[in-house]
Amino acid sequence: MARKLPRKDVVIIGLGWTGSIMAYELADAGLDVIAIERGPWRNTATDYPPGYAADELRYRIRHELFLSPSQTTFTFRNKMSEAALPIRSWGAFMPPNGVGGGGVHWNAETWRFLPSDFMLKTHLTERYGASFLPEDMTIQDWGVTYDELEPHYDRFEYLCGTSGQAGNIKGTIMDGGNPFEGPRSRAYPNPPQDQPFGHTLFGKAARDLGYKPFPQPSGNMSRPYQNPLGVRLGPCTYCGFCEWFGCGNYSKASPQTTILPALVRKPNFTARDNSEVTRINVDGSGKRTTGVTFVDASGDEWEQPADLVVLSAYTIFNVQLLLLSGIGKAYDPAANTGVIGRNFTHQTISDVVSFFDPAKFVFNPFIASGAIGMCIDEFNGDNFDHGPHGFVGGGYMGHVQTNGRPIETTPVPPGTPLWGAAWKKAVKENYQSAIKPGTGVHGSMYSYRDVYVDLDPTYKDRFNRPLARITMDFHDNEIKQNKFLTDKFAEIFQAMGAKQVHKEYRKGPYDITKYQTTHLCGGAIMGTDPNTSALNRYLQSWDVPNLFVMGASAFPQNAGYNPTGTVAALAYWAADAILSKYLKNPGQLINA
Amino acid sequence: MQRRTFLTVAAWFVGTTSLTRASAIHNHIPWAPHPNSPPEVVRPGPWQFFALDEARAMEAIVDRIIPPDPDTPGGKIAGCAVFIDRQLKGPYGSNQGLYTLEPHTKGTKEQGPQSVLTPAELYRKSLAALDKHCKSTQGGKSFAELDAAAQDDLLRKIESGEVKFDGVDAQGFFSALLKDVPEGFFADPIHGGNIDMVGWKMIGFPGIRYDYRDWVNRHNERYPHPPVSIAGRAEWTPAKS
Ligand SMILES: Cc1cc2nc3c(=O)[nH]c(=O)nc-3n(C[C@H](O)[C@H](O)[C@H](O)COP(=O)(O)OP(=O)(O)OC[C@H]3O[C@@H](n4cnc5c(N)ncnc54)[C@H](O)[C@@H]3O)c2cc1C
Ligand code: SF4
Repeated sequence: MARKLPRKDVVIIGLGWTGSIMAYELADAGLDVIAIERGPWRNTATDYPPGYAADELRYRIRHELFLSPSQTTFTFRNKMSEAALPIRSWGAFMPPNGVGGGGVHWNAETWRFLPSDFMLKTHLTERYGASFLPEDMTIQDWGVTYDELEPHYDRFEYLCGTSGQAGNIKGTIMDGGNPFEGPRSRAYPNPPQDQPFGHTLFGKAARDLGYKPFPQPSGNMSRPYQNPLGVRLGPCTYCGFCEWFGCGNYSKASPQTTILPALVRKPNFTARDNSEVTRINVDGSGKRTTGVTFVDASGDEWEQPADLVVLSAYTIFNVQLLLLSGIGKAYDPAANTGVIGRNFTHQTISDVVSFFDPAKFVFNPFIASGAIGMCIDEFNGDNFDHGPHGFVGGGYMGHVQTNGRPIETTPVPPGTPLWGAAWKKAVKENYQSAIKPGTGVHGSMYSYRDVYVDLDPTYKDRFNRPLARITMDFHDNEIKQNKFLTDKFAEIFQAMGAKQVHKEYRKGPYDITKYQTTHLCGGAIMGTDPNTSALNRYLQSWDVPNLFVMGASAFPQNAGYNPTGTVAALAYWAADAILSKYLKNPGQLINA
Repeated sequence: MQRRTFLTVAAWFVGTTSLTRASAIHNHIPWAPHPNSPPEVVRPGPWQFFALDEARAMEAIVDRIIPPDPDTPGGKIAGCAVFIDRQLKGPYGSNQGLYTLEPHTKGTKEQGPQSVLTPAELYRKSLAALDKHCKSTQGGKSFAELDAAAQDDLLRKIESGEVKFDGVDAQGFFSALLKDVPEGFFADPIHGGNIDMVGWKMIGFPGIRYDYRDWVNRHNERYPHPPVSIAGRAEWTPAKS
């Protein structure tokens, strides 16, 4: 029997990026808040100090800061006709674990989506006609607009101290920024980071080709910064151990470096670590949650009653908990009914590796940060006419090489033997003069009827509960998109003077062993119609009004950018709705 | 859920996190002035996983995967076999942290590895099979006793699938080597390989220096400083008497 804890106003499931934002906003308004986190507490000084944070084997190869699949995993198949099998070791994505969530070891590439991304279905249908879209594509409008989210994007960027160059301030196009971005109310809080040699050359070549390159918006500090909560970050030292690693310098925006020091001082906030929520409890009516059940590290079960539940456990864990708790109608792709698990998406990533003359180019690839480099946005979203190309969507592309760590980043020209003297020679010759961007082409993935999440009939987790099952494959639209973008991207390296350019197109079938990004999206999407969305435009559950669900699970489809800027903006937007609307009159905020 | 399930469940947490006790954090940051998870430094000494003849074969193999050349030692002197020995003895060798529950079914390539075999078992079985293969086809010689050309020839045939082993996937073994040997050559020396940072010196990787603010704007200029490991540099550590 679960032991019952004293009631709280709010229980937050998962203390990552969105959990921290929600906890701060709600505690700051005076509510009694508890956050329950599956993984351990983490601090810079004790968990990833500079003395040993830079251990490629430990953190990149063995992924020590991440969830262990033994704790929980998912099953995967490409097609509904196949039997899904468990992901025994991580591949295509890498789920976070522990206080700070993905914020601890992300790159901090901090983007906004395009205004048209939020009205995608309407926008594309108006421009190209409904018949231009593939029949089984299930894209939707979000129910919220860019203009509504703008102040909340701004809050996140000023929380993080994002380093970047604005491209559009209140409608005025700014030199050196991204001219395609939606209007922003003010400049970034910090100037862009310095750009190493190769990244600078890429920017120059892109400009010569007629593009408008701009620095990657970065949560790695270009200078010391104190945020509005009074928390201070130090300047980034371009250490080259950023993505997959905690920052030993307090220079990467994370819950630890932006929110938690202020949050833990609030007397009305409590966190519990090493405790996994196993169920969101619902009362007899099925229309109200009464709190959550969790299991602590000793294996003891507890019930935490609360008036309001915020689910912020990361995309796919959100979907899994909703399915396991029986909240909302599970999606059935055959009947095309239900919403939980529907419109699940990932990203369409590819790369171009290029080799330059070692006698002329020394790139020092180890001098880099997690969100460095020059990007172009000409081929993102609907920034170009798709009419002649026969696909929709797109992505940013850029030379965003984030490291020269030698286990991961010792590229050799195609055709080189995989071992022996020739391999060794090629590694040595090319290390300083090759370019291998991280996510070079960062393409969108739109939603389809047969790409979704449900519960697996066979495989169980350590609590003997069904694993979540992912059914996912690339569709022609994304394959075409990627071919077009990758070719454009390669032209820029050619123009830089590379002697050999190797295109690594993304091809189907979707492969669960190949890392792309940890940008899983959808499965509990927001929208205007309870028949096709799990949440209303304030991220409030249509079925259980005292439950709000954060994270990219709310994205109806994924855009050609990294998600967290938008994920955080949505969290601030939801917090605002809770404080200004919900608390005054607890109940469903939208009458559908 | 039953209490008994939870008792077994508790074991899953232990060893996977730095702070394994759940705690309530209120009014303070739970900070204590010592690292939660300092690195474990591999010490030289006897083999911990490999038997002596396995170790001999491994040292020969790593020296063909990464052969010595006039500027840089090969895998053997770089300590790649020691690195793999310690890795196989540790969590990696036993698939610790991976999802290992039944049923094990072979799926598509896109669904990823489903084998029950741990890396430790893969190496043990493969090295035995390699030994058997060598002794029966090379006039009773073990792999380590072959000359370099014959070793390369055999490894190439394993790589291509031409030579198969009894009861274990020879190509799977070769794939593991192609991952594990370069890791030993390039991982921080605290893990037992990359001795004297030879792998890093070969390519000009400065290790864990962590601060390049003085060099980020010096475009196309080779970074001049020698590498540093988590354990520092040999010059910083007085020789033991
Ligand atoms: C290597 C890597 C690099 C990335 N780089 C970028 C980038 O450059 N730009 C970008 O925009 N995005 C990036 N991301 C994605 C980014 O990390 C996520 O978008 C972001 O962290 C999502 O915030 P969240 O609050 O939804 O989830 P998280 O920050 O992951 O937090 C969820 C928390 O919930 C906890 N939790 C899960 N289940 C339970 C449960 N049942 N009970 C209790 N707690 C639970 C988890 O342990 C976790 O701490 C990256 C991700 C990774 C892994
Ligand atoms: S690159 Fe900068 S922000 Fe990233 S870990 Fe290193 S010092 Fe920190």
